[in-house]
Amino acid sequence: MIDPPASFRWLRRAVLLVLAVFTLTPVAVMLSSSLKPLQDVQGPWRWIPSHPTLRPYVDIWTTVPLARYFTNSLIVAGSATGLSVLIALLAGYAVSRHRFRGRRLFTVTVLSTQMFPGILFLLPLFLIFVSIGNSTGIALYGSRGGLILTYLTFSLPFSIWMLAGYLDSIPRDLDEAASVDGCGPIRTLVQIVVPAAMPGIIAVAVYAFMTAWGEVLFASVLTNDETRTLAVGLQGYATQTDVYWNQVMAASLVVSLPVVAGFLLLQRYLVAGLTAGAVK
Amino acid sequence: MTRYRTALPYLLLLPALAAELLIHLVPMLVGSVMSLKQLTQFFIRDWSAAPWTGLANYRTAVDFDAPVGRALLDSFGVTCAFTVLSVGLSWLIGTTAAIMMQDAFRGRGLLRAAFLLPYALPVFTAVITWTFMFQRDTGLINHVLHDQLHLVGDKPFWLIGGNSFWALLTVSVWRSWPFAFLTLTAGLQNIPRELYEAAAMDGAGVWQQIRRITLPSLRPVNQVLVLVLFLWTFNDFNTPFVLFGKAAPKAADLISIHIYQSSFVTWNFGAGSAMSVLLLLFLLLVTAGYLVATNRRRGADD
Repeated sequence: MIDPPASFRWLRRAVLLVLAVFTLTPVAVMLSSSLKPLQDVQGPWRWIPSHPTLRPYVDIWTTVPLARYFTNSLIVAGSATGLSVLIALLAGYAVSRHRFRGRRLFTVTVLSTQMFPGILFLLPLFLIFVSIGNSTGIALYGSRGGLILTYLTFSLPFSIWMLAGYLDSIPRDLDEAASVDGCGPIRTLVQIVVPAAMPGIIAVAVYAFMTAWGEVLFASVLTNDETRTLAVGLQGYATQTDVYWNQVMAASLVVSLPVVAGFLLLQRYLVAGLTAGAVK
Repeated sequence: MTRYRTALPYLLLLPALAAELLIHLVPMLVGSVMSLKQLTQFFIRDWSAAPWTGLANYRTAVDFDAPVGRALLDSFGVTCAFTVLSVGLSWLIGTTAAIMMQDAFRGRGLLRAAFLLPYALPVFTAVITWTFMFQRDTGLINHVLHDQLHLVGDKPFWLIGGNSFWALLTVSVWRSWPFAFLTLTAGLQNIPRELYEAAAMDGAGVWQQIRRITLPSLRPVNQVLVLVLFLWTFNDFNTPFVLFGKAAPKAADLISIHIYQSSFVTWNFGAGSAMSVLLLLFLLLVTAGYLVATNRRRGADD
């Protein structure tokens, strides 16, 4: 906008201030509560801890098996992200660089799965996993493998779409030059396309990791005590009859840290990827 | 070599296709079959052995005089009201913030990072924090409303009863407006500055610039954004599940939670599947209608 009047600038300050308070209040609650002794969170709310303490950060590891949840979440989200990016890269490369029959059908089908509610395939997927386990002995229900497989498909449609869009913006001359030099399609992909598409790949990886790290519905049905992820474990922590809110807040902060830090560090790639892939 | 060339794209797509088939498409087919069966807990181990019941599950689901159909209809109504309000508010706040953050000012980068926090936080930690804030006796919300501002006489319950709808709406808007903000910020970057300069030369004020240039330029972005927000909000499971646990209060009984409840708590998968199929048909209908309507309007404008 060109020279906004003072009234607009004041309105802007007021609106953005209110929004900042709305956005940041839960974060402040998390931070302040995680430093409180137990009696502070059992009485009426107070902003400042009466006796600031780091105790909750120590206790969270023994009150619930947080380290196990953490490991499970890391393995599941990490594997799902790696596989999803790899598969999306192959598919996105095919969609962007090749003209073949069924190309449109493929993109439309894959993208449309994104609109269906998870609850729609939760029940059948649960039964299919149980049946596969009964008939072949491959444990998908209750295992990390089943959850990895499920999560990788959650981020796949958007990732394929975004990577195809990103690859479209990389000049084809690059591939063609490599192909003239005698590179096969796979070598071209690995040596030429992947380095050029790195920002897009990072964006997709951040998205896939966040999707897997935060998912609750399928994790609550498809895992057991051994394979429980943070999303389910933390909820159990917060719904005990006597909730240690200071510990729950400390745990929430600790498990948010990896994703939030990653997101803030890599957000410019995500925005760039969105701009290249989506907003066209 | 040429056969390899023809087969190559399909080989590249194969892993993606296999994963989508196994996790999305086959389960959807199985789900449609399940909706025609009387699938109770006795048949979980071997679901194909459950007896066929034809459309009985569907008839139960839409029999609005009986308790099951009545509850489904209520849940549908709650979900619609919730979705309209949440999408509307999220869009409004996201647009306002994106427009106000368009010009550079001191601290803009920091503020933008802060605004993206709700989107970056894992949904369960964010919603657990809100659960704490909404506690009747120990929560922040009642402390501010009752102890500090004296707006309410008695400390209200937020997570049970009628207020739960407003609690859910607050958390939902808090979580989804940053996505609208992010998308619209990207969309605003495509508007050439010369347009604003030309308008300012012609004497257009800020509001006119927003109304004549900014909003029309954002229309294509909005078309996708509103649809995505609608689908996410309508299908939202995580927010109510973490906020209320397995059984949501009646006032905040979103459709996903309702189907989950009807399936896993009562172990009646046939009824749950029938409701899922009905939900899918509704979403397809709305999406198709929306795309046709918005495309026609775009065509008429051009």
